[in-house]
Amino acid sequence: MADVTLSNAEGKSLSAQQQRISAVGIFRLTDRVFHNVTFVAALFVLILLGAIILSLIVGAWPAIAKFGVGFLYGERWSVNKEIFGALSPIYGTLMTSFIAMLIAVPIGLGIAIFLTELCPAALRRPIGIAIELLAGIPSIIYGIWGFFTLTPFFGQTLLTAALILAIMVLPFVTAISRDVFSTVPAVLKEAAYGLGCTTWEVAKNVVVPYTRVGVVGGVMLGLGRALGETMAVTFVIGNSHTIAASLLSPATTISATIANEFQESDGIYRSALLELGLLLFVITFFVLAAARIMLMRIERKAGA
Amino acid sequence: MASYASRRAANRIMMGLCWAATLFGLAWLALILITLFWNGFAGINLDVFTHDTPGPNTEGGGLRNAIVGSLIMTALGVGIGTPIGILAGTYMAEYGRYSRLTFYIRFVNDILLSAPSIIIGLFIYAALITEGIEHRIVGYSAIAGALALAVIVIPVVVRTTEDMLLLVPNPLREAASALGLPRSHVVLKIAYKAARAGLITGVLLAVARAAGETAPLLFTVQSDQFFSLDLTKQMANLPVVINNFAGKGYANWQQLAWTGALIITLAVLTLSIAARVLSAQRTQK
Repeated sequence: MADVTLSNAEGKSLSAQQQRISAVGIFRLTDRVFHNVTFVAALFVLILLGAIILSLIVGAWPAIAKFGVGFLYGERWSVNKEIFGALSPIYGTLMTSFIAMLIAVPIGLGIAIFLTELCPAALRRPIGIAIELLAGIPSIIYGIWGFFTLTPFFGQTLLTAALILAIMVLPFVTAISRDVFSTVPAVLKEAAYGLGCTTWEVAKNVVVPYTRVGVVGGVMLGLGRALGETMAVTFVIGNSHTIAASLLSPATTISATIANEFQESDGIYRSALLELGLLLFVITFFVLAAARIMLMRIERKAGA
Repeated sequence: MASYASRRAANRIMMGLCWAATLFGLAWLALILITLFWNGFAGINLDVFTHDTPGPNTEGGGLRNAIVGSLIMTALGVGIGTPIGILAGTYMAEYGRYSRLTFYIRFVNDILLSAPSIIIGLFIYAALITEGIEHRIVGYSAIAGALALAVIVIPVVVRTTEDMLLLVPNPLREAASALGLPRSHVVLKIAYKAARAGLITGVLLAVARAAGETAPLLFTVQSDQFFSLDLTKQMANLPVVINNFAGKGYANWQQLAWTGALIITLAVLTLSIAARVLSAQRTQK
């Protein structure tokens, strides 16, 4: 092959046959190179996940070694005494996300039903896009907005954080529910309407049961967002390492703790924060993986 | 079975609630945008683009250093992430379409796509920066921030690239192969061309995503109040400036935070609307 390329450089004296051979040689080379380059890039995605987990474990190791499992249920977070227990951020994370889903899921499903069953065709696209734009607004904007418009009324509390999260998660739940609702075969719905069902009965007895797995997948995806949301929550939750009985008292979440305290931390303190990050990643990983598996099931159903 | 009248009443109530839910959702969007415009526009003037961020107890000031910093880091992050994302998506759609590996990569990519962005910041910190150890690779710097943004960008681009290449009809590829074009040329000259609008949409969405991200930059670039173009040093950027300025008591800081928020939102919304228009054009063809 090297000979061919050399004679190619000499130029015009090449016969047509030789030119063809050299072209095929170059083709074969670029083919192989391109294939390998894309393959490496694809592997890189897997490596990225491995690198994230590995570097968090390495960074968190001093804290893991020192506190062991107690880190997970310790309630005390004392920087001066170097005692770190993650219970209050874990509680805050789960509680804010849970309340947010409680608000966002019924509303999101309602909007999805509206968009697929009720909405005049002309409005369907604009409203759908408007809801999706809500998803595109960066979380820092929700944070500053919540800080200046919600906290004067509600204060910096767990409930305020849950409210902001609900608004943020709403578009995700809506968009995915709408997409899975539109996979319901028209024949099924028409048959139910033909039997005299009302729109609500069709939604309740045909659309939702048919798409149940997909809807749960969408909800889990929204939950994954809510669990890891940082900037919006940090502004409004009050950042207090306490577990209060009232929802109207300041709290903290894993991500808010990291965002607030990371820069001032060092040594074992910083390592504890990295362990919090690892914990958050593990939680969201399982939630998101479950969501994907469910959504894959509905995709397969729609494809079949 | 309930009577016809009660079934109709139930239907009315539930459908009314669906209407209400939609209005509720749209009301939040309107409320957020109105507050943002109301507070943000008040502060838009030439100073915002010509002056740097002010220190504490300093009058006036602008956002020049933060805007430039954000542009540089977003461009760099997208510049690093896009080629990797497109190539990976190409492998999944063109070479390994039915392989087990592609299935796993798609699964992992979807998880990375929704992974909390603060984790990406911690990852870059833990992998590259970590203070107090000898073999640290880079310090708090614009390049570290750009790498964090690249990690955000990659899954977005992988996803859209794969989806868009899967939409390219196979007969196009077969026709090209029948003419004797090698596989790499089929991908580069035919498939990419057919999916071009979709690929650009993906990149626009990635830019929109990266431009607004705050959490990944918190621990990778320490924003300061100086104008800098040095990639190996700290660099101001809009999201972190908003984060630092909003909660403080200075009136001009709060105003700048609102103005910065407006600028980011306008940029992000413009990008995502542009992406949508582009993909709508493609589907109409």
